[in-house]
Amino acid sequence: MTQQTEPAAPAQGAPPATATAPAPVVEMRGISIGFPGVKALDAVDFRMFPGEVHSLMGENGAGKSTLIKALTGVYGIDAGTITLAGERVSFAGPAQAQAAGISTVYQEVNLLPNLSVAENIMLGREPRRFGGIDWRAMRRRSAELLAGLGLDVDPWSLLGDHSLAVQQLIAIARAIDVNAKVLILDEPTSSLDADEVAELFRVIRSLKDQGVAILFVSHFLDQVYEICDRLTVLRNGQLVGEYLVDELLRIDLVQKMIGKELTALDDLEHRAHAAVVDETDAATFVSATKLGRRGAIEPADLPIAVGEVVGLAGLLGSGRTELARLLGGIDRADTGELAIHGEHVRLRSPRQAISKRIAFSSENRRDEGIVGELTVRDNIVLALQADRGWFRPIPKKKQDELAQSYIQALNIRPGNPDALVRNLSGGNQQKVLLARWLAIAPRLLILDEPTRGIDIGAKAEIQKLVFNLAENGMSVLFISAELEEVLRLSHRVVVLRDRNVVADLENDGLTVDSLLALIADGRVASDDEALDERAPAVAVAAVGSGAGREASAPAGSVADAGPTAPTTPTTEGDRS
Amino acid sequence: MSALAKMASSRLFWPVVMLLVLFAINLVAFPGFFEITVRDGQLFGSLIDILRNGAPTLIIAVGMTLVIATRGIDLSVGAVAAISGAVACSIILGSPDPGSLATVAVAVTVALLISLVLGVWNGFLVAVLGIQPIIATLILMTAGRGVAMLITEGQILTVNSPPFKFLGSGFWLGVPIAVIIAAVVFGLAALLTRRTALGMFIESVGINPEASRQAGVRARGLLFAVYTFCALCAAIAGLILTANTAAADANNTGLFIELDAILAVVIGGTSLAGGRYSLVGTLVGALVIQTLVTTVYTVGIPPIATMVFKAAVVTIVCLLQSPTTAEALSGFRRRLAVRSGKGVAAS
Amino acid sequence: MTKLLEAPTTNHPPRPRRGTGPARTAPTGRGRRRPLAAALGVLTSPKYGPVTVTGLLFVAIFVIGGFRYRGFFSGQVFLNLFVDNAYLIVLAVGMTFVILTGGIDLSVGAVVALSGMIAASLLQTGWSPGVVIPLILVLTSILGLLVGLMIHVFKVQPFIATLAAMFLARGLCYVISQSSISITDPTFIQLAVSRIPLGAGLSITPSVIIALVVVGIAVWVLHGTRFGRTVYAIGGGEQSGLLMGLPVARTKVLVYVISGFCSGLAGVLFTFYTLSGYPLTAIGTELDAIAAVVIGGTLLTGGYGFVLGSVLGVLVLGVIQTIITFEGTLSSWWTKIFIGALLLVFIILQKVLTARRR
Repeated sequence: MTQQTEPAAPAQGAPPATATAPAPVVEMRGISIGFPGVKALDAVDFRMFPGEVHSLMGENGAGKSTLIKALTGVYGIDAGTITLAGERVSFAGPAQAQAAGISTVYQEVNLLPNLSVAENIMLGREPRRFGGIDWRAMRRRSAELLAGLGLDVDPWSLLGDHSLAVQQLIAIARAIDVNAKVLILDEPTSSLDADEVAELFRVIRSLKDQGVAILFVSHFLDQVYEICDRLTVLRNGQLVGEYLVDELLRIDLVQKMIGKELTALDDLEHRAHAAVVDETDAATFVSATKLGRRGAIEPADLPIAVGEVVGLAGLLGSGRTELARLLGGIDRADTGELAIHGEHVRLRSPRQAISKRIAFSSENRRDEGIVGELTVRDNIVLALQADRGWFRPIPKKKQDELAQSYIQALNIRPGNPDALVRNLSGGNQQKVLLARWLAIAPRLLILDEPTRGIDIGAKAEIQKLVFNLAENGMSVLFISAELEEVLRLSHRVVVLRDRNVVADLENDGLTVDSLLALIADGRVASDDEALDERAPAVAVAAVGSGAGREASAPAGSVADAGPTAPTTPTTEGDRS
Repeated sequence: MSALAKMASSRLFWPVVMLLVLFAINLVAFPGFFEITVRDGQLFGSLIDILRNGAPTLIIAVGMTLVIATRGIDLSVGAVAAISGAVACSIILGSPDPGSLATVAVAVTVALLISLVLGVWNGFLVAVLGIQPIIATLILMTAGRGVAMLITEGQILTVNSPPFKFLGSGFWLGVPIAVIIAAVVFGLAALLTRRTALGMFIESVGINPEASRQAGVRARGLLFAVYTFCALCAAIAGLILTANTAAADANNTGLFIELDAILAVVIGGTSLAGGRYSLVGTLVGALVIQTLVTTVYTVGIPPIATMVFKAAVVTIVCLLQSPTTAEALSGFRRRLAVRSGKGVAAS
Repeated sequence: MTKLLEAPTTNHPPRPRRGTGPARTAPTGRGRRRPLAAALGVLTSPKYGPVTVTGLLFVAIFVIGGFRYRGFFSGQVFLNLFVDNAYLIVLAVGMTFVILTGGIDLSVGAVVALSGMIAASLLQTGWSPGVVIPLILVLTSILGLLVGLMIHVFKVQPFIATLAAMFLARGLCYVISQSSISITDPTFIQLAVSRIPLGAGLSITPSVIIALVVVGIAVWVLHGTRFGRTVYAIGGGEQSGLLMGLPVARTKVLVYVISGFCSGLAGVLFTFYTLSGYPLTAIGTELDAIAAVVIGGTLLTGGYGFVLGSVLGVLVLGVIQTIITFEGTLSSWWTKIFIGALLLVFIILQKVLTARRR
């Protein structure tokens, strides 16, 4: 733990994990991929060794999936080289990559629920006899593979009859049947429970012992630390570095993933201080008690006062979006209660939330936000009109006024209310969505990553807007992957980790580092000298909620599950 | 130049061009094509015929446009048309005074009410049970003709009722009643969807159902409304068709009319994938189809071969709308631009 | 360390909800299932449920008919289901391929009429049946190919592409002739009137043999070849199929070729039955074919279903028709209403079974 002062060297210099030092099985050098308007990958290096479990870490837009797709031939690369087992390769598609020994198991199990387990394993390369499929050989081969993974599954059973966990393992069986040298597991554990994860890890370890290089992508830090030997961190399409897991403290990892971005927000220097609101002893607007949803977020408490900005901090997949969706009525909670001004309510649809003046602005702008083929004006008035119903149309003149006033207030470009939203830039689309929600005069505005993927100017404007809205008495729940931004805007910060709320802190002297510690470890690393000067602020966290969390250890992650405690990864890692 | 480009990029451009081309062909084959004469205070002429004969298709196409805009489709309109014709005729036949206005009023009202029930049924299957629209309406398409025959007891019901016949072939202020009804339906639909928020919700749900849900738009009621309205349109068209021949033929009333209606919508530039719709486009589409039929007559091709031309039109429209074609065209344009850009640089 | 390795003691497992249920529910030990639970498992499976219901339905209708009507419960009545519906069986086979991929083919009825018209008109001008029949099959296959390309290359919805084909085929019928053309070719007449005795006074027609051969080949293709499994794979998830490296494009086009071929063949069988070509024949037959396939247990969204189920579906439609004939007082339109009602029941059944599973 004390090696932390010596950050691991970036990829170029890092020595292989073990003394035997085999050649890397995969080596990608200087990979660049650009999409219209975006540089998805910028001269990224990446390598994997046989018999190791490697993790690719990064937040949204870091370029993880782009890098995987470059490796598996889904995307062509604009620059750079890919070497597989010493040979230059360039794949025209996933089928070619698979034939060359690179197999991928995707997060959404890409198998066919309507076919048998055996077929799912063998499809596309079935043994044949007399022009037809040799069913007997197929059964034998698939049974062997399943047995090799220690799975007792009837090859003839329908895939759809098995749990997602078993389907995942069957997908792995399919992947390794092609004599995979490299196995890519993209978010394999996102919907598994602790036992299932343990089972998956057993399989991963046995494959690792067979010399397969495994790329394990997961949002769960504990899992990464348990199973991985080495990891590569990407941020904004660039390589941050390659590290041995044993040598990288979690807090450093999280810091490298999130980074510290300098934003053009000098005019907002005066931070929103908790004191401002608290002195007025504002009433609680909405209060969630043990609100939870299976497989999304463990029961969590979240009170939000009138005029308060609450920031949700946590990594992708930590439950930050999931909790917000429950508050916005997008998903239904299956446990817990929600009260508005002390009055018990049940939100069964976004519509009901809107009628309570709760607005939820999704992080997924394209699929859940804008209605692309409609005009800016229609998009702005949509929620307000939906709330009024069909037959009380907002008069055309009023619509124009609304649109114009928001276009001006939010500086939407182009300022033409008849432009199709589809044709606007990301930042302006975001502003249109903000206008839509502001138009219903919400009392709680939930903003899920409102500043992601938009230019710096728009970002500053949106941040300023949030600040002003709160000053005028609106409650805001603000989610962002950028901790700086969360700290700058929030009166209070709620930290989530592995689907649990781990801390609920007044933003009084909080720092990025103290948040990082919470996100990384779920508690304050008080033995860490690097943090000592921030100790007072953080102490609140430890007392406030850290203890409570320890008591109610949920089954959401391996670390919490008991027998496979987080102390194991180091010993596992040495074996490679 | 830019005005032309703007016009060409309008979704109405190609349908209107198609219509004009058909008009031109007609004019060449039959110089008196545009002539409209007044006889006995009634308008006559090829254009009037097109309008009158195209009215049922247009009426159904208006309803279909709204259904398609919600990402749906209604295959049952032909069957609904047959049912409403059958209901009206059997009521008129069963009444002691088939010629009275009251009888016809009752018959028409009952027929329309029944169509509302059928529309609610379709809406229920789609909105509540969540069955794909094409499949949900297939049920009524299959069973509906049987129901119509059940009502007519397998006979072709011929009625002798001047007020009823008036619906199909009457004139008012010199204009055929069918055309007036079509205009009223069209105007009502335009008013209902564009003067209320209905149109925006329909488009919004058709374009992005999840975003609409999150914005608080209730899709369920909307689907009920459009399927019910579509069935109502089908029933009105069925009444006109039946009144025109003064006979309810359960097997043949409105046969293939669902296809014509869908065709009119597609030609009019409303995408089958849902979203933005254009009632004016549908109007043009319906006119294109009816003019095509007329053209086939005037040019002297066996009228029955119209279907081959319809097939050609569907194919061409689909291929024009296809993303593959759009991609190929934009690629071609880009190459063209690059080439001309180079030319400029060289000069 | 894990319960995965334990054999489950209970039988057919309910599918655990996403991300919650235990992983150890692998159904194994088929022999150990208790019969009642096993039967329930079959009934509620999207793969076997609908087709089992159809089988039971057929038996039930047949038995009811047998009790109600004199002479109903005979071998020949049963065989006549095949004799009268041989062409529909062939159509349903082609439609099964298409629907298994999640598509639909509305053109089959018109193509039946078209191939009848081509046959009748060419035979009239003295062409030999040995040339005419293969020609028809080639032409209708090409039409299917064009439809398939339109769907796959130009991403036109199957519904609208086959609609265009339907217009084209029906229109071409009229172009060939607007009235009925009777067939006087001796080979056709021979095929139309000949009966193949099966002993005990029972007989079938050559059409039945052809239809059954088609069914046999289709069963083999769907269950014994890579192409067939790819058809199922596309219905189960086109994207997954692509990621698995399956020949999705080729297969998607080919199913429409198969459907075109089957429609052509069905048209020929239909002319054996009617001995004429008429442009208005087989209007709405596509609905019968779709209904047979759906009632036979194939999911309209694709992925689940059997050719033999579709044959069973045709038999159900046939036996309903027969009952109505035997009843005498029931009019023919009840057939349509019954088919519609059955469609509704089966579509809802499919919906329930897949919703429960997914």
